[in-house]
Amino acid sequence: MRRGILRRASSRRAPATGLALVTLVALLLALGLVAWSAESSAEESTPRPVTIGSKKFTESVILGETLRLLALDAGHPARHRAELGGTRILWGALLSGEIDIYPEYSGTLVREILSGEDVSSPERMEATLAARGVRSSASLGFENTYAIAVPEPLAEQLGLQRISDLREHPDLRLGFSSEFLERADGWPGLRQRYRLPQTRVQGLDHDLVYRGVDAGHLDVTVVYTTDAEIARYGLRMLDDDLGYFEDYQAILLYRAELAEEAPAAVAAFRRLEGAIDESTMAGMNGAVKLEGDSEQTVAARLLSEGLGLEVTLSGQGFWSQLGQRTLEHLGLVGVSLGAAILFAVPLGVLAAQNARLGHLILGITGVIQTIPSLALFVFLIPWLGIGWLPTVVALFLYSLLPIVRNTHAGLMDIPVPIRESADVLGLTCWARLRLIELPLAANTILAGIKTSAVLNVGTATVAALIGAGGYGQPILTGIRLDDTALIMQGAVPAALLALGLQGLFEFAERWVVPRGLRLKPTDGVRAEADPDHERPGP
Amino acid sequence: MLRFEGIFKEYGGTPALAGVDLEVSEAQTTVLIGPSGCGKSTLLRLAAGLIRPDLGQVWFEGARLAGNLRPARLRMGYMIQDGGLFPHLSVRDNVTLMARRLDWPRERREQRLAALADLVQLPTAMLARYPIELSGGQRQRVALMRALMLDPDLLLLDEPLGALDPMIRFELQRELKAIFARLGKTVLMVTHDLAEAVFFGHRIVLLRAGRIVQQAEPRVLLDSPAEPFVAQFVAAQREPQRVLSGAGG
Repeated sequence: MRRGILRRASSRRAPATGLALVTLVALLLALGLVAWSAESSAEESTPRPVTIGSKKFTESVILGETLRLLALDAGHPARHRAELGGTRILWGALLSGEIDIYPEYSGTLVREILSGEDVSSPERMEATLAARGVRSSASLGFENTYAIAVPEPLAEQLGLQRISDLREHPDLRLGFSSEFLERADGWPGLRQRYRLPQTRVQGLDHDLVYRGVDAGHLDVTVVYTTDAEIARYGLRMLDDDLGYFEDYQAILLYRAELAEEAPAAVAAFRRLEGAIDESTMAGMNGAVKLEGDSEQTVAARLLSEGLGLEVTLSGQGFWSQLGQRTLEHLGLVGVSLGAAILFAVPLGVLAAQNARLGHLILGITGVIQTIPSLALFVFLIPWLGIGWLPTVVALFLYSLLPIVRNTHAGLMDIPVPIRESADVLGLTCWARLRLIELPLAANTILAGIKTSAVLNVGTATVAALIGAGGYGQPILTGIRLDDTALIMQGAVPAALLALGLQGLFEFAERWVVPRGLRLKPTDGVRAEADPDHERPGP
Repeated sequence: MLRFEGIFKEYGGTPALAGVDLEVSEAQTTVLIGPSGCGKSTLLRLAAGLIRPDLGQVWFEGARLAGNLRPARLRMGYMIQDGGLFPHLSVRDNVTLMARRLDWPRERREQRLAALADLVQLPTAMLARYPIELSGGQRQRVALMRALMLDPDLLLLDEPLGALDPMIRFELQRELKAIFARLGKTVLMVTHDLAEAVFFGHRIVLLRAGRIVQQAEPRVLLDSPAEPFVAQFVAAQREPQRVLSGAGG
């Protein structure tokens, strides 16, 4: 009797699949928004906050930290969006006001950012920058140019002294940072200038080229002249005998309005002009990369030794840092996934109802999936800036396909007789969808959502490249510093989060997927054995 | 009641029905029979409004079956091979789904459910089960309950017992016939089995290649076939007896 009541209760709940899904989405969105607001409310305060950007290599991060400490010392709340994905992203963020200042190199500015513009004189350069609302500091005192480097023993063996000498050895394996490989002032120009014949050229992350050379996978690579690893790995820098690399002075680029809105900060920043020489910078890079000091410590040391400024360091405990990253990551995943469910399920329904529309919808969402995530981020930055919003939009777009596809497949898999039975019963289209089709497809739809969730957690780690934080931040830093423990601090929680979400959805399955679909057919066999004629007579 | 007028229907160039006129008489069981591809299921699906004729008209209770089909469908019951039950709903929910959509009060629904369970001899304990927990025969009983729930004027049955094993089928045939007789419903049924057609039908309509070859009472069909094809069809279905009598003689 009791059993009968329970069964009845569960059967009454069965048609509520839609309600359960909506609840799930609301939960995700709430989770994301709570995480997001906790993060953004920390930013409010009265003096002009200054946001500093840095590229994802150690020298840039050290300079960014130095700028942050200087801004704090000048009385401005300061935030350092460290390790952003590349020149394009930083320059875009500076133009849109997402960041106020970042360290750059004069050569990159002339050849890459303003390539095609006439910046032949300092005045023209100043005017060109001013037209974009940007100003430049003078050189910080050191040059960090590209250099072509070869392991010492190999250089000895082949008698390599100058870049021109490479022409005689077309079989050498070249490995360059991806940025160098593509940018106008990188490999294409170098190859042309020196007429280099090598064809075995591959692009990889700058932090990996040293390991590639060390392991013997690469013969020739590009280094920055202030890299601490040059000495560590015993590399010989080749003479730039045709004068291809030149003038990569470290400078600061900042938004013009910062001079009026935060003059004290700008004055503090400009104290760095001429304050750092090449050996100081290489020493600081080495302290971080080889000795394991934090960028903050190194920056503070520079300020106290070079400028006589004593700053107080603020540390963040492991757990509070982990908590913050978790919030950031949940904020990204929750909102993007929740929104994706809200969009993708109706899209899948539309696709299932109209074959031609279905091809279009599945095609478009499929194409979106093939865009590399970094490319999509860069594409979104002009409209949405950097950080949370473009990341959520990108993750949202990536999450669509599995859900749309599975919704479509789940609905198409419903046997025709079932659909027709619903029609002849007199159900309206909407009632048929809500009461029959969606519950029957619930299992497949949920599987799609699960796939999206796991992909989403993984892709969200890339978001650190555009300053959205999350578990990607320690991964990025760990790769940069060759610090496996640090990589694990991001990778392990990300994996756990993915597993946790998967578990959540498996739990939701009990409640979204109607009971009648979760029963094993063996129950039916048992029923089949029920002798049909043992029924009570009429 | 139900009338087909000059029906033509093609599927991708292949004619399924080529000029069919048929009047289904009230309170009687009309059986559509013929070899596969003859158009018998197409005719039934036209009556259910699942497809539209290319040419011709279907009339149901004095109105053309076109446009908004819902009012007509609420006066039809539909039952197919294997039942077409919704696997995610319990027996109770399968049967009462439409009544709930129409806001029948709970009491009325329960009364009707109990009466139908009694009619098709389904134990009440089965009402909370899901289709997968039922035997094939039980599924057909439930499908019949669902078709009868709103007390329709017309029952459309497409090979209703086609998926059952012979013993259960035999038993259900007898029960079903008794139920139809008791309720006095108009029934249009499709089968490929002549014995079943003869057993149920007040009138049998034999189709071939999209046309009606003969429509008559079972006796007439068997005794005076209108064309050689009818005799052939009847003979083919009597094969077992012939084999036996041949062996005996």
